[in-house]
Amino acid sequence: MVHTIRLRFETQSIWAMKTFRKYLYAMWFGVQMNLAYRLNFFARAIFGLIPIAAVIAVWKTIYAGQGQQSTVAGYSLSEMVTYYILICVLDMLIAVHDDDLQIAREIREGTINQFLVKPIDYMWFRLSMFAGGKIAYTTVALWPLLTFILLLKNNFQSPVSSQALALFVFSALLGACLQFFISYTVAMLAFWVLEVSTFIFIVFAFEFIASGRLFPLDLLPSPLLQILMWSPFPYELYLPLAIYSGKVTGFELVRGLLLQAAWVCIMAGLARLIMNLGIKRFSAYGG
Amino acid sequence: MAARTIHPNPTQSQKTLYQSGLNLINRFVYTLRRYTAVYAALWKASLTREIMFKVNFLLWVVVELVWFGLQVAFVSVLYLHTEEIGSWTKWQVMLLVGVAQFIQQIFQALFLINCANLSDLVRTGKLDFVLLMPVNSRFLVSLRQVDPSSLVNALVALGVMGYALAQLHIKITVANLALFLMLCTVGILIHYSLMFILGAVSFWMTRSEGLVWVYYNMFQIARLPDEAFRGVMKVIFTFVVPMLLVANVPTRTLAHTLHSPLYLLLMLGCALVCFWASSLVWKSAIKRYSSASS
Repeated sequence: MVHTIRLRFETQSIWAMKTFRKYLYAMWFGVQMNLAYRLNFFARAIFGLIPIAAVIAVWKTIYAGQGQQSTVAGYSLSEMVTYYILICVLDMLIAVHDDDLQIAREIREGTINQFLVKPIDYMWFRLSMFAGGKIAYTTVALWPLLTFILLLKNNFQSPVSSQALALFVFSALLGACLQFFISYTVAMLAFWVLEVSTFIFIVFAFEFIASGRLFPLDLLPSPLLQILMWSPFPYELYLPLAIYSGKVTGFELVRGLLLQAAWVCIMAGLARLIMNLGIKRFSAYGG
Repeated sequence: MAARTIHPNPTQSQKTLYQSGLNLINRFVYTLRRYTAVYAALWKASLTREIMFKVNFLLWVVVELVWFGLQVAFVSVLYLHTEEIGSWTKWQVMLLVGVAQFIQQIFQALFLINCANLSDLVRTGKLDFVLLMPVNSRFLVSLRQVDPSSLVNALVALGVMGYALAQLHIKITVANLALFLMLCTVGILIHYSLMFILGAVSFWMTRSEGLVWVYYNMFQIARLPDEAFRGVMKVIFTFVVPMLLVANVPTRTLAHTLHSPLYLLLMLGCALVCFWASSLVWKSAIKRYSSASS
């Protein structure tokens, strides 16, 4: 009896190990595949900093017009600059680049077939590829970003506490999953419509403003912010950043993290559901 | 070269100067009519293609509208917390956002896809077909496709501009409007030249999406008030990549906040330099081009 249980446990752990290894390979594959585009990444990283630098310049002008010690909605100039620098950091580490466009292309062109017949789950495979892509991107984009931070180091603030830093990292990881699952869900529309990139860009626009990428969300009128906090978008970027700067603490922090985790689960479930529906009506072209 | 083709027959020396002048004008009118006809045909082809994908056309209009709305929202949020950016008031910045969008959309309608496709033309060897056509190859490469959905969004931008002007209580004179439209043309020329250079030198970019992405990042500068920039950034975005001139100078002429007419000359000068640089790039690209295999 004990023997069989032990045996079952061992086979299960071997199975788990094999599964883990499989997706680790997928991640490594993602790293290698994306490193082929390192020149692209480099250009992307450098040019991506330009709009942020421009917005920081605008903020500096606004603060200069109001006197150096002034605050805007509770943000000092340094806090504001730090916010935008961290946006760049998170953009490098967790933002979805063109995974959604790739997934949509694979569905449209039917190349998704090769994954459906293999003993690998397409969603987890794609998540591993996403992680691999981010690792590859970070190895390239880190250097321009570090230069950028050094240039602005006078206004760069460290996290309010080491605890806040740890929670920031944790929340950012959840944010990465959330971003991925939202993108994945939208990409799944490719099962129904031919040209899915328009939908991707529309959702991206909403993410752009409602995740806090354009400005800290607490600059919005309070009722609007309250409504927004029930949507998934602020949990992609704004929550980790608010934790870092100590804007969100105590009960609000716990509630935020719980809502964030809930949204990750909901979006993962939705992504899975829509994928299953899509595959059911899927008639691969070519392939 | 041109002069020689105008005087094809040997009895030319007996003709009066008047006649050869007339000849030149005739030739010019003929060329103009020919190119107009070619361009009309290109428009027709593009529109036909758009009509085939009506829903897609509408969706792209929506995409651009949402992104434009986002810019307007950003300005509104900024002005919830401040009265001025430098000396720019809220509705002046709204006007700027509208003008920048207007110029960008006209540019997108006429040139963007063509510039973005440039590297693909070279990589796939399809440039052969363009070079074989009996028209100026740069003309054809630059104007092959038209994107009518951007024209719809240019109209929306005009609406925002009109509303901002009404808020600013500015009456537009005909002369002012004419100057403004001329400056818009110059702004479009700057965008076109820069994007053309970007398209021509980006064969090493393995994904062409990266190109449009770089461009979008640059364009975001044009929407922002020039006074926000100082030091190195101001110099770079005024003289090297003149993004701070493209929309700011036309807006300032409309809002009567232009400090000196020298800015008009500066903008024109920058546009001409950019265009000159783009023809250099194009010439050397053509010289080096040796088709693709097969």
